[in-house]
Amino acid sequence: MAKLGPSGYSPYPVAVTEGVLTPPPGKALMFNEIVDEETAMREAAKAMLTRENPTIFPGPQVLYAWNEEAKKKAKLIKEMAEVLGAKIIPMYDYRPKYPKIDPEKEINPNHPNLTIWHNKIKACIFIGVHCHYANVALKIIRAETDCFTIAMCSLAGHEDAMITLRDQHAEDLEKFIRIAKEVKKELGK
Amino acid sequence: MSQQVKTEKVRYNRMGQKIVSPDYLLFEAPRTKHFITGSEAVKEAAKRASVDASISYPITPQSEAAHMLGELWREGYIGVYFRGESEFGVMSEIAGCAMAGARTITTTSGPGTLRAMELFPMWAGSRLPIQLVLMARGINSPLSIQPDNLEMYFLLDTGCMVWHAETAQELFDMIIAGFVVAEQPDVHVPVITAIDGFFISHTREAVYLPPDDIALPPYDPYKAPMPPIDMEMPPGRFMRDPFVMKSNYISYATHASWQFEVRAAIERAKPYAKHYLRGLVEHFGDPEGEVLFIASGTAAAQAKEATQILIHEEGVKARVLRIKTIRPFPTEEVREAVKGAKYVFVPEFNVIGWLEREVKRALYGHTDIPIFGTPRVGGGMTMPPEYIVQEVLKIIGKEVKHVG
Repeated sequence: MAKLGPSGYSPYPVAVTEGVLTPPPGKALMFNEIVDEETAMREAAKAMLTRENPTIFPGPQVLYAWNEEAKKKAKLIKEMAEVLGAKIIPMYDYRPKYPKIDPEKEINPNHPNLTIWHNKIKACIFIGVHCHYANVALKIIRAETDCFTIAMCSLAGHEDAMITLRDQHAEDLEKFIRIAKEVKKELGK
Repeated sequence: MSQQVKTEKVRYNRMGQKIVSPDYLLFEAPRTKHFITGSEAVKEAAKRASVDASISYPITPQSEAAHMLGELWREGYIGVYFRGESEFGVMSEIAGCAMAGARTITTTSGPGTLRAMELFPMWAGSRLPIQLVLMARGINSPLSIQPDNLEMYFLLDTGCMVWHAETAQELFDMIIAGFVVAEQPDVHVPVITAIDGFFISHTREAVYLPPDDIALPPYDPYKAPMPPIDMEMPPGRFMRDPFVMKSNYISYATHASWQFEVRAAIERAKPYAKHYLRGLVEHFGDPEGEVLFIASGTAAAQAKEATQILIHEEGVKARVLRIKTIRPFPTEEVREAVKGAKYVFVPEFNVIGWLEREVKRALYGHTDIPIFGTPRVGGGMTMPPEYIVQEVLKIIGKEVKHVG
């Protein structure tokens, strides 16, 4: 089960070892439960709106990709950050950095915990990060931090995130923003 | 009332084959009967798989399959084909092709597998969905070129999926399914489709093939979990290779998480493999059988024959659980299958009994019934069904009538 961390390294936090797999098409995964996408979106918005220092981590698929979808997504991510009152810290490079990254400016999949610790991030959204690097980072985050992780994936999703939304394209981001606005209103924010 | 006109875009690959869905190719297309060898089944599968690149190096018993992949290149079905300098060269070069976004297939056997060993975990760690057809022949020394599958043991924890076909028919279907499952974005690790050399590679059997003017959709590297190396796409250009180059800077946490992620990817293959292989296991024999064989590959074929003798000539209720995928291992299916059994036998074509270890690990703490790693033969020795029956009867305390 993709429980909230920090879980430590032994046993290593790997959701599939507890029988949790990526959700089927049309569904989302919330901890170890398969739920409707809208339910997951509402809970994701709630986590981002209620936990400290919410942050969006956009990856190369929205930062660099040269296509219309990426352009649309990039604009929507900025809007999403405004609605959620979230910071944007990019994961612009997958290479490990020596001696270490500047945690105020970037997050790196090889030591994502540094950025989360430094900025005291308690909720985050991964978007546009290639699946392997998202999975590597999500496991480290669950091992080392108490950050609530949300993955918005354009492919099959990430079972190591606390909430994973799969097949997320521009129209799905628009839907999430709409739901986030509703949740924000309900919370009186 | 307006009439809707349905339009369908028909796509063709480089050879002019019509692109069809994996489900159509595997399950729905009409099939015709052919009397072919396992090596020819490799060719026929690759012919329908829109393969971009294949690299080969000769070693018995896979040389014929490798040669036939070369014929496919000459005929235009495979985009790139050449002979590498050695197995190490082949497995390195095919990794380059896969990183650049090609669908790839190669073949090897026995000692060639071990010569290339460093590359298999590299493939998996680099999330390359390469397909390796392994025609097992055992490992030196002493030299063997006979059907012994010891080398499969060495591959089990490389981070690659390892599937074991029983027949040439299954090898044909597994190769096609292998590409489809290995290339799923949440799986995306190599797949090793293994057979027992000679038994399958060099013998003929009836194999039902779909038409050869249809083929799998091409591989889409832009759905890979890592950026493909594409000079026009910046992330790939600077983000693939440096991980290895800067290994001294990798944190312990990264290495651990990366290794676990590769193994998690293999587990994620289960639902896809269940669909495209019609289950991770096959059940054969009396569903209430007290004697349960758990086997894979040719050993399962022999266990099925032994099961028939036990049921019909010895009055012993017996059954077989044939395992198709060693990685991912069908743990739940094995635990379920032992219910109702009194004895578990794991017959194998290797001296160490790697499947027995896997079965015992899956069943530890889940059953009290005895598990016998027998019969076990090595060096290419055959395992006649009568020999299996004899071993079973001895152990369960019945009179041995067969094989004096």
